[in-house]
Amino acid sequence: MNIYDIVFYLFAAITLASAFVVVTARNIIYSAFSLLFTFFGIAGLYVLLGADFIAVVQLMVYVGGILVLILFGVMLTNKITSVQIKTGTLQVIPAILGTALMAGVLIKIFTGTNWHSQMAQYPTKTTAYALGHILLTDYVLIFELLGILLLIALIGAATIARKEEKAS
Amino acid sequence: MELLIQAGIALAKILIVITVMLLTVSYLVYFERKISAWIQNRRGPNRVGWYGALQPFADVFKLLLKEDIVPSNANKFIHSLAPFITLFVSFATYAVIPFGPDIKLFGRTIQLALADVNIGVLYVLALTSLGVYGLTFAGWSSGSKYSLLGGIRSSAQMISYEVSMGFSIAGVILLSESLRPMAIVESQYGFMWNALIQPIGFITIVVSAFAETNRLPFDLPEAEPELVGGYHTEYSSMKFAGFFLAEYANMIIASAMIVTLYLGGWQFPYIDKFGLSMGLTAGIQVLSFLLKMALVLFFFIWVRWSIPRFRYDQLMNLGWKVMFPLSLLNLIWVAALIMIFNI
Repeated sequence: MNIYDIVFYLFAAITLASAFVVVTARNIIYSAFSLLFTFFGIAGLYVLLGADFIAVVQLMVYVGGILVLILFGVMLTNKITSVQIKTGTLQVIPAILGTALMAGVLIKIFTGTNWHSQMAQYPTKTTAYALGHILLTDYVLIFELLGILLLIALIGAATIARKEEKAS
Repeated sequence: MELLIQAGIALAKILIVITVMLLTVSYLVYFERKISAWIQNRRGPNRVGWYGALQPFADVFKLLLKEDIVPSNANKFIHSLAPFITLFVSFATYAVIPFGPDIKLFGRTIQLALADVNIGVLYVLALTSLGVYGLTFAGWSSGSKYSLLGGIRSSAQMISYEVSMGFSIAGVILLSESLRPMAIVESQYGFMWNALIQPIGFITIVVSAFAETNRLPFDLPEAEPELVGGYHTEYSSMKFAGFFLAEYANMIIASAMIVTLYLGGWQFPYIDKFGLSMGLTAGIQVLSFLLKMALVLFFFIWVRWSIPRFRYDQLMNLGWKVMFPLSLLNLIWVAALIMIFNI
Protein backbone atom coordinates (compact mmCIF):
# COMPACT_ATOMS: atom_id res chain seq x y z
CA MET A 1 0.00 0.00 0.00
CA ASN A 2 1.75 3.12 -1.18
CA ILE A 3 0.78 6.79 -0.91
CA TYR A 4 -1.22 6.60 -4.11
CA ASP A 5 -3.46 3.86 -2.67
CA ILE A 6 -3.95 5.70 0.60
CA VAL A 7 -5.01 8.88 -1.16
CA PHE A 8 -7.29 6.90 -3.44
CA TYR A 9 -9.05 5.21 -0.52
CA LEU A 10 -9.32 8.54 1.29
CA PHE A 11 -11.15 10.16 -1.61
CA ALA A 12 -13.24 7.03 -2.18
CA ALA A 13 -14.24 7.06 1.50
CA ILE A 14 -15.20 10.75 1.36
CA THR A 15 -17.29 10.16 -1.75
CA LEU A 16 -19.07 7.08 -0.42
CA ALA A 17 -19.69 8.40 3.09
CA SER A 18 -21.11 11.70 1.89
CA ALA A 19 -23.18 9.97 -0.79
CA PHE A 20 -24.62 7.77 1.96
CA VAL A 21 -25.59 10.87 3.92
CA VAL A 22 -27.18 12.37 0.78
CA VAL A 23 -29.52 9.41 0.51
CA THR A 24 -30.27 8.82 4.19
CA ALA A 25 -30.39 12.31 5.71
CA ARG A 26 -33.78 13.23 7.17
CA ASN A 27 -33.29 16.92 6.56
CA ILE A 28 -33.14 17.67 2.84
CA ILE A 29 -30.77 20.56 3.39
CA TYR A 30 -28.16 18.22 4.85
CA SER A 31 -28.53 16.06 1.75
CA ALA A 32 -27.73 19.08 -0.40
CA PHE A 33 -24.75 19.98 1.78
CA SER A 34 -23.21 16.54 1.76
CA LEU A 35 -23.64 16.37 -2.00
CA LEU A 36 -20.96 19.06 -2.02
CA PHE A 37 -18.48 16.62 -0.46
CA THR A 38 -19.50 13.86 -2.86
CA PHE A 39 -18.62 16.10 -5.79
CA PHE A 40 -15.37 17.03 -4.07
CA GLY A 41 -14.39 13.41 -3.61
CA ILE A 42 -15.08 12.65 -7.24
CA ALA A 43 -13.02 15.65 -8.35
CA GLY A 44 -10.19 14.33 -6.16
CA LEU A 45 -10.42 10.92 -7.83
CA TYR A 46 -10.22 12.57 -11.24
CA VAL A 47 -7.06 14.43 -10.24
CA LEU A 48 -5.58 11.18 -8.98
CA LEU A 49 -6.25 9.56 -12.35
CA GLY A 50 -4.41 12.37 -14.14
CA ALA A 51 -7.55 14.02 -15.52
CA ASP A 52 -6.92 17.44 -14.00
CA PHE A 53 -9.03 19.23 -16.62
CA ILE A 54 -12.06 17.02 -15.98
CA ALA A 55 -11.64 17.51 -12.23
CA VAL A 56 -11.72 21.29 -12.48
CA VAL A 57 -14.63 21.24 -14.90
CA GLN A 58 -16.44 18.90 -12.50
CA LEU A 59 -16.02 21.49 -9.77
CA MET A 60 -17.11 24.36 -12.03
CA VAL A 61 -20.18 22.67 -13.47
CA TYR A 62 -21.49 20.54 -10.61
CA VAL A 63 -20.35 22.43 -7.54
CA GLY A 64 -20.41 25.93 -9.01
CA GLY A 65 -23.57 25.54 -11.08
CA ILE A 66 -25.89 22.66 -10.42
CA LEU A 67 -25.49 22.37 -6.65
CA VAL A 68 -25.97 26.12 -6.22
CA LEU A 69 -29.28 25.80 -8.05
CA ILE A 70 -30.32 22.89 -5.81
CA LEU A 71 -29.35 24.85 -2.69
CA PHE A 72 -31.34 27.86 -3.90
CA GLY A 73 -34.37 25.66 -4.32
CA VAL A 74 -33.96 24.14 -0.87
CA MET A 75 -33.18 27.36 0.97
CA LEU A 76 -35.93 29.47 -0.57
CA THR A 77 -38.54 26.86 0.32
CA ASN A 78 -37.43 26.50 3.93
CA LYS A 79 -40.71 24.91 4.96
CA ILE A 80 -39.54 21.88 3.04
CA THR A 81 -37.19 20.95 5.89
CA SER A 82 -40.05 19.85 8.14
CA VAL A 83 -41.98 17.96 5.47
CA GLN A 84 -41.76 14.17 5.32
CA ILE A 85 -40.34 13.46 1.90
CA LYS A 86 -41.52 9.89 1.71
CA THR A 87 -44.00 8.50 -0.73
CA GLY A 88 -46.96 6.59 0.66
CA THR A 89 -47.12 4.00 -2.07
CA LEU A 90 -44.48 1.31 -1.92
CA GLN A 91 -43.92 -0.59 -5.17
CA VAL A 92 -41.98 -3.55 -3.81
CA ILE A 93 -41.78 -5.81 -6.85
CA PRO A 94 -40.80 -3.17 -9.48
CA ALA A 95 -38.27 -1.77 -7.02
CA ILE A 96 -36.66 -5.17 -6.50
CA LEU A 97 -36.60 -5.78 -10.25
CA GLY A 98 -35.06 -2.40 -10.91
CA THR A 99 -32.37 -2.67 -8.27
CA ALA A 100 -31.60 -6.26 -9.28
CA LEU A 101 -31.11 -5.16 -12.90
CA MET A 102 -28.93 -2.25 -11.83
CA ALA A 103 -26.92 -4.46 -9.47
CA GLY A 104 -26.45 -7.04 -12.23
CA VAL A 105 -25.07 -4.44 -14.62
CA LEU A 106 -22.79 -3.00 -11.94
CA ILE A 107 -21.48 -6.43 -10.89
CA LYS A 108 -20.82 -7.32 -14.52
CA ILE A 109 -18.82 -4.12 -14.98
CA PHE A 110 -17.07 -4.61 -11.64
CA THR A 111 -15.89 -8.13 -12.44
CA GLY A 112 -15.21 -7.53 -16.12
CA THR A 113 -12.90 -4.52 -15.73
CA ASN A 114 -9.17 -4.68 -15.32
CA TRP A 115 -8.80 -2.70 -12.09
CA HIS A 116 -5.06 -2.32 -12.20
CA SER A 117 -5.01 1.45 -11.91
CA GLN A 118 -1.88 3.39 -11.11
CA MET A 119 -0.46 6.86 -11.23
CA ALA A 120 -1.51 8.12 -14.64
CA GLN A 121 1.13 8.61 -17.30
CA TYR A 122 0.99 12.34 -17.85
CA PRO A 123 0.86 13.15 -21.55
CA THR A 124 3.65 15.27 -22.95
CA LYS A 125 1.20 17.99 -23.83
CA THR A 126 -1.45 19.11 -21.35
CA THR A 127 -4.69 17.21 -20.85
CA ALA A 128 -6.63 20.24 -22.03
CA TYR A 129 -4.69 20.11 -25.31
CA ALA A 130 -5.31 16.39 -25.79
CA LEU A 131 -9.00 16.74 -24.99
CA GLY A 132 -9.49 19.70 -27.27
CA HIS A 133 -7.65 17.94 -30.08
CA ILE A 134 -9.82 14.82 -29.84
CA LEU A 135 -13.04 16.83 -29.52
CA LEU A 136 -12.35 18.81 -32.68
CA THR A 137 -11.10 15.91 -34.81
CA ASP A 138 -12.39 12.41 -34.03
CA TYR A 139 -15.50 13.37 -32.08
CA VAL A 140 -16.43 16.63 -33.74
CA LEU A 141 -19.92 15.43 -34.73
CA ILE A 142 -20.80 14.41 -31.17
CA PHE A 143 -19.33 17.65 -29.88
CA GLU A 144 -21.49 19.73 -32.23
CA LEU A 145 -24.59 17.66 -31.49
CA LEU A 146 -24.09 18.22 -27.76
CA GLY A 147 -23.80 21.92 -28.44
CA ILE A 148 -27.13 21.87 -30.29
CA LEU A 149 -28.72 19.85 -27.47
CA LEU A 150 -27.62 22.44 -24.92
CA LEU A 151 -28.91 25.23 -27.16
CA ILE A 152 -32.30 23.51 -27.37
CA ALA A 153 -32.41 23.20 -23.58
CA LEU A 154 -31.53 26.88 -23.26
CA ILE A 155 -34.22 28.00 -25.68
CA GLY A 156 -36.72 25.71 -23.98
CA ALA A 157 -35.94 27.18 -20.57
CA ALA A 158 -36.24 30.71 -21.91
CA THR A 159 -39.58 29.91 -23.56
CA ILE A 160 -41.05 28.43 -20.39
CA ALA A 161 -39.90 31.40 -18.33
CA ARG A 162 -41.38 33.86 -20.83
CA LYS A 163 -44.81 32.18 -20.88
CA GLU A 164 -45.14 32.51 -17.12
CA GLU A 165 -44.41 36.19 -17.37
CA LYS A 166 -47.22 36.75 -19.89
CA ALA A 167 -49.78 34.89 -17.77
CA SER A 168 -49.20 36.98 -14.67
CA MET B 1 17.03 14.34 0.56
CA GLU B 2 16.03 15.86 -2.77
CA LEU B 3 12.39 15.44 -1.80
CA LEU B 4 13.04 17.15 1.54
CA ILE B 5 14.71 20.13 -0.13
CA GLN B 6 11.83 20.49 -2.57
CA ALA B 7 9.30 20.29 0.25
CA GLY B 8 11.32 22.87 2.17
CA ILE B 9 11.31 25.27 -0.78
CA ALA B 10 7.56 24.80 -1.27
CA LEU B 11 6.94 25.37 2.43
CA ALA B 12 9.09 28.50 2.45
CA LYS B 13 7.21 29.89 -0.53
CA ILE B 14 3.85 29.16 1.11
CA LEU B 15 4.95 30.82 4.35
CA ILE B 16 6.23 33.91 2.57
CA VAL B 17 3.10 34.25 0.42
CA ILE B 18 0.70 33.77 3.34
CA THR B 19 2.60 36.21 5.55
CA VAL B 20 2.78 38.83 2.83
CA MET B 21 -0.89 38.35 2.09
CA LEU B 22 -2.03 38.65 5.70
CA LEU B 23 0.06 41.76 6.18
CA THR B 24 -1.22 43.23 2.92
CA VAL B 25 -4.79 42.51 3.93
CA SER B 26 -4.46 44.27 7.27
CA TYR B 27 -2.70 47.24 5.72
CA LEU B 28 -5.19 47.35 2.86
CA VAL B 29 -7.86 48.08 5.47
CA TYR B 30 -5.66 50.84 6.85
CA PHE B 31 -5.04 52.30 3.39
CA GLU B 32 -8.71 52.05 2.53
CA ARG B 33 -9.51 54.18 5.56
CA LYS B 34 -6.65 56.59 4.86
CA ILE B 35 -7.53 57.02 1.18
CA SER B 36 -11.22 57.40 1.93
CA ALA B 37 -10.35 60.06 4.49
CA TRP B 38 -8.17 61.79 1.94
CA ILE B 39 -10.96 61.70 -0.67
CA GLN B 40 -13.50 63.03 1.83
CA ASN B 41 -11.12 65.64 3.21
CA ARG B 42 -10.80 64.01 6.68
CA ARG B 43 -7.78 62.82 8.62
CA GLY B 44 -8.53 59.12 8.98
CA PRO B 45 -7.02 56.91 11.70
CA ASN B 46 -4.12 58.79 13.30
CA ARG B 47 -4.05 57.81 16.99
CA VAL B 48 -2.42 54.37 17.21
CA GLY B 49 1.22 54.51 16.20
CA TRP B 50 2.83 56.76 13.63
CA TYR B 51 -0.02 58.32 11.60
CA GLY B 52 -2.21 55.45 12.81
CA ALA B 53 0.10 52.81 11.36
CA LEU B 54 -0.69 50.32 14.15
CA GLN B 55 -4.45 50.69 13.70
CA PRO B 56 -4.89 47.30 11.90
CA PHE B 57 -3.41 45.45 14.90
CA ALA B 58 -5.60 47.38 17.32
CA ASP B 59 -8.62 46.38 15.23
CA VAL B 60 -7.62 42.71 15.22
CA PHE B 61 -7.21 42.65 19.00
CA LYS B 62 -10.54 44.40 19.44
CA LEU B 63 -12.28 41.77 17.29
CA LEU B 64 -10.49 38.89 19.03
CA LEU B 65 -11.57 40.08 22.47
CA LYS B 66 -15.23 40.54 21.55
CA GLU B 67 -17.87 38.02 22.52
CA ASP B 68 -18.82 35.53 19.85
CA ILE B 69 -22.62 35.54 19.56
CA VAL B 70 -24.50 32.84 17.69
CA PRO B 71 -28.23 33.51 17.24
CA SER B 72 -30.45 30.97 19.00
CA ASN B 73 -32.26 29.89 15.84
CA ALA B 74 -29.11 29.62 13.78
CA ASN B 75 -27.79 26.35 12.43
CA LYS B 76 -24.69 26.23 14.66
CA PHE B 77 -22.49 23.94 12.57
CA ILE B 78 -23.02 25.70 9.25
CA HIS B 79 -22.94 29.09 10.92
CA SER B 80 -19.38 28.39 12.08
CA LEU B 81 -18.39 26.64 8.86
CA ALA B 82 -19.29 29.50 6.51
CA PRO B 83 -16.46 31.96 7.37
CA PHE B 84 -13.94 29.14 7.05
CA ILE B 85 -15.16 28.24 3.57
CA THR B 86 -14.88 31.88 2.53
CA LEU B 87 -11.37 32.19 3.93
CA PHE B 88 -10.25 28.85 2.47
CA VAL B 89 -11.38 29.87 -1.00
CA SER B 90 -9.68 33.26 -0.78
CA PHE B 91 -6.34 31.85 0.30
CA ALA B 92 -6.33 28.73 -1.88
CA THR B 93 -6.80 30.82 -5.01
CA TYR B 94 -3.46 32.49 -4.53
CA ALA B 95 -1.62 29.20 -5.14
CA VAL B 96 -1.50 29.55 -8.92
CA ILE B 97 -0.69 33.23 -9.35
CA PRO B 98 2.88 33.80 -10.55
CA PHE B 99 4.62 36.77 -8.98
CA GLY B 100 7.97 36.59 -10.74
CA PRO B 101 10.07 34.75 -13.33
CA ASP B 102 12.10 31.60 -12.64
CA ILE B 103 15.16 32.46 -10.55
CA LYS B 104 18.35 30.51 -9.99
CA LEU B 105 19.39 30.18 -6.35
CA PHE B 106 22.21 27.90 -5.11
CA GLY B 107 22.25 26.06 -8.44
CA ARG B 108 18.58 25.21 -8.60
CA THR B 109 15.75 26.84 -10.49
CA ILE B 110 12.95 28.17 -8.36
CA GLN B 111 9.65 29.24 -9.80
CA LEU B 112 8.15 32.31 -8.24
CA ALA B 113 4.66 30.87 -8.03
CA LEU B 114 3.37 28.40 -5.44
CA ALA B 115 2.19 25.93 -8.10
CA ASP B 116 2.72 26.13 -11.83
CA VAL B 117 -0.42 24.24 -12.83
CA ASN B 118 -1.34 23.52 -16.42
CA ILE B 119 -4.95 24.49 -15.84
CA GLY B 120 -4.27 27.32 -13.40
CA VAL B 121 -6.80 29.72 -14.90
CA LEU B 122 -9.59 27.15 -14.67
CA TYR B 123 -8.53 26.41 -11.09
CA VAL B 124 -9.12 30.04 -10.19
CA LEU B 125 -12.54 30.01 -11.88
CA ALA B 126 -13.51 26.80 -10.07
CA LEU B 127 -12.50 28.21 -6.69
CA THR B 128 -14.35 31.45 -7.39
CA SER B 129 -17.51 29.46 -7.96
CA LEU B 130 -16.89 27.79 -4.58
CA GLY B 131 -16.80 31.23 -2.97
CA VAL B 132 -20.56 31.45 -3.46
CA TYR B 133 -21.01 28.74 -0.82
CA GLY B 134 -19.45 30.70 2.01
CA LEU B 135 -21.86 33.59 1.50
CA THR B 136 -24.92 31.42 0.86
CA PHE B 137 -24.25 29.22 3.91
CA ALA B 138 -23.67 32.30 6.07
CA GLY B 139 -26.90 33.87 4.88
CA TRP B 140 -29.02 30.78 5.30
CA SER B 141 -27.64 29.45 8.57
CA SER B 142 -28.03 32.73 10.48
CA GLY B 143 -31.79 32.24 10.62
CA SER B 144 -32.47 35.88 9.84
CA LYS B 145 -34.29 37.28 6.83
CA TYR B 146 -31.74 40.03 6.26
CA SER B 147 -28.92 37.52 6.16
CA LEU B 148 -30.84 35.18 3.86
CA LEU B 149 -31.69 37.98 1.43
CA GLY B 150 -28.10 39.21 1.47
CA GLY B 151 -26.75 35.72 0.89
CA ILE B 152 -29.10 35.03 -1.99
CA ARG B 153 -28.43 38.39 -3.58
CA SER B 154 -24.72 37.85 -3.43
CA SER B 155 -24.88 34.37 -4.93
CA ALA B 156 -27.11 35.55 -7.78
CA GLN B 157 -24.76 38.44 -8.39
CA MET B 158 -21.66 36.25 -8.34
CA ILE B 159 -23.15 33.64 -10.66
CA SER B 160 -24.23 36.32 -13.13
CA TYR B 161 -20.90 38.05 -13.28
CA GLU B 162 -18.94 34.80 -13.40
CA VAL B 163 -20.26 34.38 -16.96
CA SER B 164 -18.81 37.61 -18.30
CA MET B 165 -15.64 37.07 -16.29
CA GLY B 166 -15.22 33.61 -17.82
CA PHE B 167 -15.67 34.97 -21.32
CA SER B 168 -13.22 37.82 -20.84
CA ILE B 169 -10.69 35.27 -19.55
CA ALA B 170 -11.42 33.09 -22.61
CA GLY B 171 -10.13 35.90 -24.84
CA VAL B 172 -6.80 35.85 -23.00
CA ILE B 173 -6.58 32.05 -23.22
CA LEU B 174 -7.27 32.19 -26.96
CA LEU B 175 -4.39 34.58 -27.48
CA SER B 176 -1.83 32.86 -25.27
CA GLU B 177 -2.90 29.32 -26.27
CA SER B 178 -2.41 28.11 -22.72
CA LEU B 179 -4.27 27.76 -19.44
CA ARG B 180 -1.01 28.15 -17.48
CA PRO B 181 -0.77 31.53 -15.73
CA MET B 182 3.03 31.49 -16.22
CA ALA B 183 2.63 31.03 -20.01
CA ILE B 184 -0.02 33.74 -20.15
CA VAL B 185 2.37 36.17 -18.48
CA GLU B 186 5.20 35.17 -20.80
CA SER B 187 2.98 35.72 -23.84
CA GLN B 188 2.59 39.38 -22.89
CA TYR B 189 6.20 40.27 -23.59
CA GLY B 190 7.13 43.93 -24.03
CA PHE B 191 4.02 45.99 -24.57
CA MET B 192 1.91 43.08 -25.83
CA TRP B 193 -0.27 43.52 -22.75
CA ASN B 194 -3.73 42.10 -23.15
CA ALA B 195 -5.24 45.32 -21.80
CA LEU B 196 -3.89 47.09 -24.90
CA ILE B 197 -4.74 44.32 -27.38
CA GLN B 198 -8.25 43.61 -26.10
CA PRO B 199 -9.47 46.71 -24.26
CA ILE B 200 -13.11 45.56 -24.19
CA GLY B 201 -12.12 42.41 -22.34
CA PHE B 202 -10.15 44.50 -19.87
CA ILE B 203 -13.20 46.63 -19.10
CA THR B 204 -15.47 43.62 -18.65
CA ILE B 205 -13.03 41.80 -16.38
CA VAL B 206 -12.52 44.85 -14.16
CA VAL B 207 -16.27 45.38 -13.80
CA SER B 208 -16.81 41.66 -13.14
CA ALA B 209 -14.04 41.70 -10.55
CA PHE B 210 -15.84 44.48 -8.70
CA ALA B 211 -19.03 42.42 -8.72
CA GLU B 212 -17.27 39.20 -7.71
CA THR B 213 -15.56 40.82 -4.73
CA ASN B 214 -18.83 42.51 -3.67
CA ARG B 215 -17.22 45.92 -3.68
CA LEU B 216 -19.00 49.19 -4.22
CA PRO B 217 -20.66 50.07 -6.67
CA PHE B 218 -21.83 46.44 -6.50
CA ASP B 219 -21.85 45.80 -2.74
CA LEU B 220 -25.57 44.95 -2.68
CA PRO B 221 -25.11 41.83 -0.50
CA GLU B 222 -24.42 44.14 2.42
CA ALA B 223 -26.41 47.22 1.40
CA GLU B 224 -26.84 48.88 4.81
CA PRO B 225 -30.07 50.84 4.16
CA GLU B 226 -32.09 47.79 3.11
CA LEU B 227 -30.33 44.74 4.50
CA VAL B 228 -28.57 45.95 7.68
CA GLY B 229 -25.30 44.04 7.15
CA GLY B 230 -26.36 41.48 4.58
CA TYR B 231 -25.06 37.95 4.96
CA HIS B 232 -22.86 38.82 7.95
CA THR B 233 -25.55 40.62 9.98
CA GLU B 234 -25.55 37.85 12.60
CA TYR B 235 -21.79 37.41 12.80
CA SER B 236 -19.62 38.88 15.51
CA SER B 237 -16.11 38.69 16.90
CA MET B 238 -13.55 36.67 14.94
CA LYS B 239 -16.10 35.10 12.62
CA PHE B 240 -17.04 38.54 11.36
CA ALA B 241 -13.35 39.31 11.08
CA GLY B 242 -13.06 36.20 8.89
CA PHE B 243 -15.52 37.62 6.37
CA PHE B 244 -13.86 41.00 6.59
CA LEU B 245 -10.45 39.44 5.98
CA ALA B 246 -11.80 37.37 3.09
CA GLU B 247 -13.26 40.44 1.40
CA TYR B 248 -9.88 42.14 1.34
CA ALA B 249 -8.07 38.93 0.41
CA ASN B 250 -10.49 38.60 -2.50
CA MET B 251 -9.63 42.12 -3.56
CA ILE B 252 -5.95 41.21 -3.59
CA ILE B 253 -6.65 38.09 -5.64
CA ALA B 254 -8.86 39.97 -8.09
CA SER B 255 -6.17 42.59 -8.62
CA ALA B 256 -3.49 39.90 -8.97
CA MET B 257 -5.62 38.11 -11.57
CA ILE B 258 -6.24 41.32 -13.51
CA VAL B 259 -2.50 42.06 -13.48
CA THR B 260 -1.60 38.49 -14.50
CA LEU B 261 -4.15 38.18 -17.28
CA TYR B 262 -4.32 41.70 -18.67
CA LEU B 263 -1.47 43.87 -17.44
CA GLY B 264 1.51 41.69 -18.27
CA GLY B 265 1.92 40.03 -14.86
CA TRP B 266 5.48 40.43 -13.61
CA GLN B 267 6.75 41.62 -17.02
CA PHE B 268 8.56 44.94 -17.10
CA PRO B 269 8.62 46.08 -20.75
CA TYR B 270 11.91 45.11 -22.45
CA ILE B 271 13.87 44.73 -19.20
CA ASP B 272 16.10 42.02 -20.68
CA LYS B 273 17.40 44.59 -23.20
CA PHE B 274 18.80 46.80 -20.42
CA GLY B 275 21.71 44.45 -19.77
CA LEU B 276 21.12 44.16 -16.01
CA SER B 277 22.25 41.20 -13.91
CA MET B 278 19.98 38.20 -13.46
CA GLY B 279 19.08 38.91 -9.83
CA LEU B 280 18.39 42.58 -10.41
CA THR B 281 16.13 41.80 -13.37
CA ALA B 282 14.13 39.30 -11.32
CA GLY B 283 13.90 41.79 -8.45
CA ILE B 284 12.60 44.55 -10.71
CA GLN B 285 10.09 42.14 -12.22
CA VAL B 286 8.73 41.09 -8.83
CA LEU B 287 8.58 44.74 -7.81
CA SER B 288 6.75 45.69 -10.99
CA PHE B 289 4.20 42.96 -10.26
CA LEU B 290 3.65 44.35 -6.77
CA LEU B 291 3.48 47.92 -8.08
CA LYS B 292 0.87 47.01 -10.70
CA MET B 293 -1.14 45.22 -8.03
CA ALA B 294 -0.94 48.21 -5.73
CA LEU B 295 -2.19 50.49 -8.51
CA VAL B 296 -5.14 48.22 -9.25
CA LEU B 297 -5.93 48.05 -5.52
CA PHE B 298 -5.79 51.84 -5.31
CA PHE B 299 -8.24 51.94 -8.23
CA PHE B 300 -10.57 49.60 -6.32
CA ILE B 301 -10.57 51.90 -3.29
CA TRP B 302 -10.82 55.04 -5.39
CA VAL B 303 -13.94 53.74 -7.14
CA ARG B 304 -15.51 52.73 -3.84
CA TRP B 305 -15.37 56.25 -2.47
CA SER B 306 -16.41 57.97 -5.70
CA ILE B 307 -19.38 56.08 -7.14
CA PRO B 308 -22.76 55.45 -5.49
CA ARG B 309 -24.32 51.99 -5.22
CA PHE B 310 -26.29 50.45 -8.09
CA ARG B 311 -29.87 49.33 -7.67
CA TYR B 312 -30.36 45.57 -7.85
CA ASP B 313 -32.20 45.50 -11.20
CA GLN B 314 -29.62 47.89 -12.63
CA LEU B 315 -26.90 45.53 -11.48
CA MET B 316 -28.52 42.53 -13.16
CA ASN B 317 -29.24 44.50 -16.34
CA LEU B 318 -25.65 45.66 -16.48
CA GLY B 319 -24.40 42.14 -15.96
CA TRP B 320 -26.54 40.32 -18.50
CA LYS B 321 -27.38 42.97 -21.09
CA VAL B 322 -24.17 44.98 -21.21
CA MET B 323 -21.20 43.09 -19.79
CA PHE B 324 -22.09 39.66 -21.19
CA PRO B 325 -22.54 40.82 -24.84
CA LEU B 326 -19.41 42.96 -24.51
CA SER B 327 -17.36 39.99 -23.34
CA LEU B 328 -18.68 37.94 -26.29
CA LEU B 329 -17.75 40.80 -28.61
CA ASN B 330 -14.26 40.73 -27.11
CA LEU B 331 -13.98 37.00 -27.87
CA ILE B 332 -14.91 37.63 -31.52
CA TRP B 333 -12.43 40.52 -31.65
CA VAL B 334 -9.60 38.30 -30.40
CA ALA B 335 -10.55 35.52 -32.82
CA ALA B 336 -10.56 38.02 -35.71
CA LEU B 337 -7.15 39.35 -34.63
CA ILE B 338 -5.75 35.84 -34.63
CA MET B 339 -7.26 35.11 -38.06
CA ILE B 340 -5.98 38.32 -39.65
CA PHE B 341 -2.56 38.75 -38.09
CA ASN B 342 -1.78 35.12 -37.38
CA ILE B 343 -0.48 35.91 -33.89
